[in-house]
Amino acid sequence: MTTGHTGTTGTTWRDRLAGPLADPAGEAGHADGHPPRMGFFTDTSICIGCKACEVACKEWNGVPDTGLDLLGSSYDNTGALGANSWRHVAFVEQRVPAERVELGMPGIGAPEQPQRAETDDAGVRWLMSSDVCKHCTHAACLDVCPTGSLFRTEFGTVVVQEDICNGCGYCVPACPYGVIERRESDGRAFKCTLCYDRLRDGLEPACAKACPTDSIQFGPLDELRERAERRVEQLHDRGVPEARLYGEDPDDGVGGDGAFFLLLDEPEVYGLPPDPVVTTRDLPAMWKHMGMAAVAAAAGALAAFLGGRR
Amino acid sequence: MSPRREQEMVPRAEFRSYYGRPILKQPAWKVPDVPGYLFLGGLAGSSAMLGALGGATGRPGLARASRLVAAGSAVASVGALIHDLGRPERFLNMLRVLKPTSPLSVGSWILAPFSGLASASAASELTGLLPRLGTAAGAASAGLGPAMCTYTAVLLADTAIPAWHEAHRELPFLFAGGALTSGAGAALIAAPAAEQGPARRIGLIGAGMELAAAYRMERGLGLVGEPYRQGRPGKLLRAGRALTAVGAGLSVLGRRSRAVSAIAGAAYLAAGLCTRFGVFEAGKASAADPKYVVIPQRERLAGAAEPVVIEQSGAALSRP
Ligand code: SF4
Ligand code: SF4
Repeated sequence: MTTGHTGTTGTTWRDRLAGPLADPAGEAGHADGHPPRMGFFTDTSICIGCKACEVACKEWNGVPDTGLDLLGSSYDNTGALGANSWRHVAFVEQRVPAERVELGMPGIGAPEQPQRAETDDAGVRWLMSSDVCKHCTHAACLDVCPTGSLFRTEFGTVVVQEDICNGCGYCVPACPYGVIERRESDGRAFKCTLCYDRLRDGLEPACAKACPTDSIQFGPLDELRERAERRVEQLHDRGVPEARLYGEDPDDGVGGDGAFFLLLDEPEVYGLPPDPVVTTRDLPAMWKHMGMAAVAAAAGALAAFLGGRR
Repeated sequence: MSPRREQEMVPRAEFRSYYGRPILKQPAWKVPDVPGYLFLGGLAGSSAMLGALGGATGRPGLARASRLVAAGSAVASVGALIHDLGRPERFLNMLRVLKPTSPLSVGSWILAPFSGLASASAASELTGLLPRLGTAAGAASAGLGPAMCTYTAVLLADTAIPAWHEAHRELPFLFAGGALTSGAGAALIAAPAAEQGPARRIGLIGAGMELAAAYRMERGLGLVGEPYRQGRPGKLLRAGRALTAVGAGLSVLGRRSRAVSAIAGAAYLAAGLCTRFGVFEAGKASAADPKYVVIPQRERLAGAAEPVVIEQSGAALSRP
């Protein structure tokens, strides 16, 4: 497949499939003057695992409950993101040396000086992280959706139009993060909408509104990225070298996430893929190989008829 | 590493995960709907080619049988696809847009006209009405035949499922070869003995393509090729290969016997089913275990930094 200019935006076929993309909403056809790209920055270093986000999301979006399931994985009884869980708080318990550092939780009064704190609950650290749909710059779910049900909003987010989805289920295995899922009681696919309805009314998403520590921050993606850079530097200065950003890099395999994270360990520890790639990056190669195989099949059939008399 | 010795790079099985839970969602597609859909699409595509070419080369019996098979399996393939939808009544939304980034959209735009044309050709064959139009429809469906044989490979490959995605170069050839053997199999059962020659040759060509692609998929993909070798999918794929070989062998050795040819045809068809179910199950297995996501991605991040090299042997590959 050749690389061809689209004419209107100057992006090429390949830019549309992978790589950095400054304005996904504009590329998807929203007129100039559309709102800036909005997203989430989830700073897991200040998450207290209260699950207010999970509850607020369910309440606002009318997401069905999944019953009470005790999974035996720390305080996580949600398990994973899915059709009925659009926020999922992961809990990881890790054995570490007793000496830990203050993460600078929001508090009242003057900011405390960073200090090494001796704790006596020797040797367990908690990692808590509220996961969500990444609203990828190059969203595989959207690319493969055959009905056009999944679409890019004017805010650059990725949303399912439930009146169009026919429940083909293609988006489910396409997502490199395992986010979107078919709701079996309903037949259609569901995931986080980044509260599209609230955004259009100028409100912030329900989870961000409910988060008591501001672990979930909502705003224009550019601002969030800057804020996140500063936060990582701050944590590094405070002696938390393991702090790192995940999904903020426009050069990554999905062109950067609209919802990105500050993590305190490797992504896979939280159930996130370490180096996700949008599957459609390789689609030109796939169509090419299909073309070659199709030609081979046709040639084989012709040869079989020409190559003998009986 | 010496390219001569058959070696495979297999990283250490150590990796971290969140309570061992899958990172990816398994496909929600139902069995047997979707593997059946894959099989029937290939059978329909190659049968359409056999039908048109048989008609054009003066083999009316082969043409008739293959046209009927093409129409029947195309319609059944559409049925399987609709049955698998969460909202079957919205099937027509598949044709709401044409998206080159969605193999299912492109596939629907191949499948819909194909089944119409193949059905028209079969209807004309059965009723004797409008023979010229029937022939033209059959020829047009044969034109779409090669695409019918292969688009389902892109459908599977264009996902995050490691065993499918990483096989995106081989799957189209596997499916094309399998489609040819399936079409040949149906003709070996249903076409008159005197007109089966091309079907035998198509079967041999398809078997060669299929076996070569299967070999590359199992050996060339490193860790993510593992699900193609192990467990239930491994068994299904081995059975598929054995049946393909049996079909090819019997189709040649038994060419004077109607009964042996029919057995060869049945073996080809069973092979096609086993292979599609095997590939489908292998993909599910690779989505269920986070190691197939984490280890290859870690390796990629490390710039393939010194993966452990293990001699290829059953023992080395079947790690716990
Ligand atoms: S994380 Fe998955 S569901 Fe969300 S936008 Fe990306 S591909 Fe789609
Ligand atoms: S299940 Fe719905 S949203 Fe997902 S790909 Fe199919 S039509 Fe699109």
